[in-house]
This record gives sequence, structure tokens and C-alpha cells, in this order.
Amino acid sequence: MVFILLLKKVSIPLRQILKAFFQNEITMRLFNKFNTLVLTVFSVLSINALYAGHDEVDGYVEKDFNIGEMIMHHIKDAHEIHLWGDAHNGTSVYLPIILMDGGLKTFSSSHLYHGELKTAVDHKTHEEIHYVAGVGPADGYAIFHEKIYKLENGELQFEDSHPHNAKPMDFSITKNVFVLFLVSFIVCLLAIGTARYYKKNGAIAPKGVAKFIEPLVIFVRDDVAKANIGEHAYKKYVPYLLTIFFFILVGNLLGLVPMLSANLTGNITITLFLAVCTLLATVLSGNKNYWHHIFATPGVPVPLLIIMIPIEVVGILTKPFALMIRLFANITAGHVIILAFIGIIFINKNAAWGALSVPMALFISVLEILVAFLQAYLFAMLSALFIGAAVEEHHH
Amino acid sequence: MDLITPDLGLLFWTGLVFIALLFILTKFAWKPILNMVNTREQKITEALELAEKTKAEMQLLAAQNEELVKEARKERDAMIKDAKATADKMVDDAKNKAKEEAEKVLESARTSINAEKAAAIAELKAQMAAFSIEIAEKVVRENLSSDEKQKALADKLAGEINLN
Repeated sequence: MVFILLLKKVSIPLRQILKAFFQNEITMRLFNKFNTLVLTVFSVLSINALYAGHDEVDGYVEKDFNIGEMIMHHIKDAHEIHLWGDAHNGTSVYLPIILMDGGLKTFSSSHLYHGELKTAVDHKTHEEIHYVAGVGPADGYAIFHEKIYKLENGELQFEDSHPHNAKPMDFSITKNVFVLFLVSFIVCLLAIGTARYYKKNGAIAPKGVAKFIEPLVIFVRDDVAKANIGEHAYKKYVPYLLTIFFFILVGNLLGLVPMLSANLTGNITITLFLAVCTLLATVLSGNKNYWHHIFATPGVPVPLLIIMIPIEVVGILTKPFALMIRLFANITAGHVIILAFIGIIFINKNAAWGALSVPMALFISVLEILVAFLQAYLFAMLSALFIGAAVEEHHH
Repeated sequence: MDLITPDLGLLFWTGLVFIALLFILTKFAWKPILNMVNTREQKITEALELAEKTKAEMQLLAAQNEELVKEARKERDAMIKDAKATADKMVDDAKNKAKEEAEKVLESARTSINAEKAAAIAELKAQMAAFSIEIAEKVVRENLSSDEKQKALADKLAGEINLN
């Protein structure tokens, strides 16, 4: 509680500084709202960690605070949405598990998280490792570091601290899948709400949700699509670029919402899929001119083509690969920095460190809002640029 | 390593959700929004063009009006000039006529005055002559009242006669 009070105290002078900085009503309102959010998540985190110690609760062994583990746990996918409290006695939303393992198997993840505590000995390091095996409908499965394994003779077989058991096909509604649905729902709500506004009122000046969405739509159409693809072909790609822009934007922003602790756009699977979409859009819309430049670059002597063609072919792949890494790294890095700053308090086991770490974490959080917009713009803009290169008309 | 390993389940859901999202949004959101925005932009362009055209028309009208006003002013000026000339002429005519009349009156007055004068002079002359004769008679009578005086006069007159 002292810690939370301290946080509030710190936030007041910070507000003054920010007020002087921005002199802007909207920014301040945003900051006020954000401040409340940040206070909430910090207070939740603090309660969470204050109980973390060398305790044994209900037979579960708690280890000392490990910042690396804490951060990795927060940025990785999970089968629950952890709201507050100690890991095994806290409050979580348990998400459904869907497995393809000789037929469809569905059950709540609570049967995996709150199962039978087991101890295994690592085959190589001979260390004792604790894990939880599922009970009830989850019988025969165990979850270790958020991955589901099939039990072999009712046990997990560890080698170098990693289980070597077979994994069932996991189509569970994980935290990221849940956030994926949420993002899609919010984007639909915003976009279809805007469309409905126009349907109802005709082509008039925008108001309400349309006032927020329309400038972004026009920005993507004019400054992303038209500017990079060109007047002759941009129209076909505007819906794709808009979808990708809003999907990433809302995904990035939801990643900043406390409690949800989502890291959707900082997940390599999501960025991989989006990058593959852009790759397909580029390759499938490539015209004769584009392929000609790759397989018979004009002005290059024939012997050199032996080297040029592989380079160009790799070039097709590196562009979306960079897209994938850029989004993943930017968003994940933001989360890691915020969590690391908060972690300072728990490493030192002293709430007074909050005076240093909270303003810094807050600063990064505000910066992340900017990054959320920037990365959404960059992904859409670069996608448009690659598509633009593929549909460019031949002119010399 | 977990962090950069794509997950098959998540990939499946992402593909499903994203492709569904792409189709739903394209059909129900982006196309209607873009169509409306285009329609509105066209409307705005048309309105601006119309405004420009109206402005040009207004300018033309204003120019025409000015021309009309200028012409009217010219006409008015000419009319005023005409009226002034006519008025001037009338005044001049009247003046001349009056002058002539006055001259005539003056002339007749002068003639009658001259006639009167002549008559008066004639009468005066006649009276003067009568007076003169009367006086002369009286003087003569006085001068010749005695013999001596007759003699003296005869001497004086004889003395004046120069016998050269």
C-alpha cells in the first residue's frame, strides 16, 4: 500500500512537468487516463511480487524472484489470463484447451494449472524439477513453461531442463488467441461503426467514431497506398493495407493495457503471418517488369546474373522477413523495458526504488503509445512500398 | 528460443481470424467508407468548381453593370449639357430681345427728347429774338432821346468808319 501511495505522489509532480511540456488539454487527458492505468498495473504487480518469496503454499514451491523469468512469462503466450495474486493462488481467467490428439479434446486450462504436483529428475543434470500434471479431463497431459506435453508413463522426461515428451497438436484459445479475437472485434466495431455512420448520414462531414477513423483511413489511402504504389494500381491494395494497419495498431495498443498483459503484435507467429501476407501480395501482384528485373536485371552482363539471380531471389524473402522481425522486436522490446524497470523494485526488495523505476517505466509506456502508431504505419507503409515495386510500370 | 519459434495453433487461429477480418472489413467497412469519402471529395470538388464559376460569372456581371452605369452616366452628362445649352440660348435670346426692346424705347425717347429740345430751342430763340428787339428798341430809344446824343452817336459811328 505504501508503494501505491508513493506511486501516486510521484505521479503528481510528473503531471506538472508534463503539463508544462505539452500545454495541451488532450494530451493531459490522455495522460491522466494512462496514469490511472499504469497505477493499476503497478499496484497489481507489486502485490503479486510482494508475496513472491521462498514460501511453500499448498505444496507448491515458490522460487526467489527471477527477473528474466518474470519478463519471459509476461511476454510469452499462456493458457490463462493472470489477473492478480500469486501464480498458484491468484485469480486467473482460465482459457479453453483444444487438443488434436487422436480426436478432439477440449477442457479448461484450470485442470492443467491446478493438477497434481509432481517431481521429476533431469536425466542429464540430475536436478529435481517440479511440474504439474493435469487431472480430470486433462489427465495424461502436463503443462511446463506454457507448453502442453503428453505424459509418458504418467511422467515428463527432462533432459537439460527441457521435457522431451511428445506434444499434442495444440489449437487452444490461448491468451494471444483471445486477444486476437478481441483485436478483431474492436477493429470491426470501429470500422463498421464508421461505415454505418456514413450509410445513415450520407456523405457528410464525419462525427463520433467516424471522426477518429476517417483521417486514418484517408492517411493510409493517400500517404501509404497512393504515395508508394502509384496512382495506377493502388486502389486494389487499400483494403489490405487498411486491415493490416488497424490490426497492428489496435494490437499494439491492447498490448499496453494492464491486466490483459497481451503481447499479440510482439509474438513472432503473428508477425510471421502478416509478413507472409505481404510476401504473397508482393509476389502474386508482381508484373512482367518486376520479374524481369529479378531474373534478367537490365544492364548486367550475363555471367554476373549467376550471382545476381540468387541475391535477387533472397531479396524477395528478406524484405518481409525484416518486416516480421521489426514489428516483433519493437513491441517485445518495449514490453521488456517496462517490465525491467518495474523489476528493479523487486530485485532490490525496496519500494523506494519506485521513485526511480516508475517514472522511467511511465516514460517508456508513453513512448510505447507513439511506437504503437509508428510500427503500424511502418508495416503498412513498407508493405505498400514492396507491392509498389512489384507493380511498377516499365519506364526509362 | 521459445520466443522466436512460431506456434502452429496460434498460426492457425491468426490465419483464420485475419483472413475473415480482411474479407469482412473489405466488404462491410473499407469499401463503403472509401466510396463515401470519394463521393464526398467529388462533391467538395464540384462545389468548389461551382463556386469558382459563380465567382467568374459574378465578376462578369459586375463588369457589365459598371459598363451600364458608365453609359448611363455619359447619357446623363450629355442630357445635362443639352439642357444647359438650351437654357443658355433661351436666356441669351431673352436678353437680346430685352436689349433690343430697351434700345427701341430709348431710341424713341431720345427722338422725342430731341424733338422737344428742338421745339424748346426754337421757342427760346423766338423769345430771345423778341426780347432782343425789345431791348434794342428800348436802348435805341434811350440813346436817341436827345439831339446831342444823336450827334455823339453819329460822330462815334462816323469816327469808326475808316476811310482808307
